[in-house]
Amino acid sequence: MRHNGGVTSTAPVELDQPDADTVVRTENPWVTIVWNDPVNLMSYVTYVFKSYFGYTDEKATELMMAVHHEGRAVVSSGSREEMERHVQAMHEYGLWATLQRDDA
Amino acid sequence: MKPFKRRRRGGITASFEPGEAHLIASLAAQVVELLRDRNGESESSPDPLASQLGIGGPALPPEDPVLQRLLPDAYADDAADAAEFRRYTEQSLTSAKVANAEALIGSLVDGGLQHDGEEEQVVEVELDPAAAQAWLRSLTDIRLALSVRLGIESDEDTLLVHESDDEAVVAVAEIYDWLGFVQETLVGTLD
Repeated sequence: MRHNGGVTSTAPVELDQPDADTVVRTENPWVTIVWNDPVNLMSYVTYVFKSYFGYTDEKATELMMAVHHEGRAVVSSGSREEMERHVQAMHEYGLWATLQRDDA
Repeated sequence: MKPFKRRRRGGITASFEPGEAHLIASLAAQVVELLRDRNGESESSPDPLASQLGIGGPALPPEDPVLQRLLPDAYADDAADAAEFRRYTEQSLTSAKVANAEALIGSLVDGGLQHDGEEEQVVEVELDPAAAQAWLRSLTDIRLALSVRLGIESDEDTLLVHESDDEAVVAVAEIYDWLGFVQETLVGTLD
């Protein structure tokens, strides 16, 4: 795994800029995925995304539609511990969720 | 049944015919029973301290397909991580689900649900925010359980179950749809 060096160290000018994608992945290496199911109401799934994750109506609806049409959607990314808490919370809501490394 | 609505003062209310209230309470109690049966295995854990701390839960997924859906694996493609996570978290998830179902039954009792044999009356429930959350989750668990028993695995199946030759399946399918309606009206009060 790639680690951030000292925050205060000054990078030599000639060094290549870090790949933006790698930086994002290093900061948010794990993702929570919610899977489609034929049981949960669209209104309920949207409500859960809004009330639990604090997403706007628009963002929550967008994620709900992604789950519905694509079969799954990444609803959050962050540390492994954080994603485990989210998955546990989703399971309490009755949503089908898993976590995995963000290697997509 | 009068669907859920929000009163001006903020309380969320609904009323159920006695038969409807009995039905919801009975289904919630069945979910509790299933979850307790699952928990029973770990209560006889060889390590009482781990069991008491809630870290000695089962590592393997349940065999019952309803419990598999209520207590799913947290890791889709890593059985070892899924087992480890389950061992540490399944009991608290189970307890939360049991508490939600018991809160739902409690508000039906508070609303006038009578034991069998007593004179029956319309059950009027009034939910505070915590109870509303318990109802949302418990109704979901009940509908998940019914969907597994009905064999609903796709959107089409939710329509096909109504065309079954088995009258019992059609009857359960109607209950399943009705609970979806009840939940829809409850979600509507929270937006």
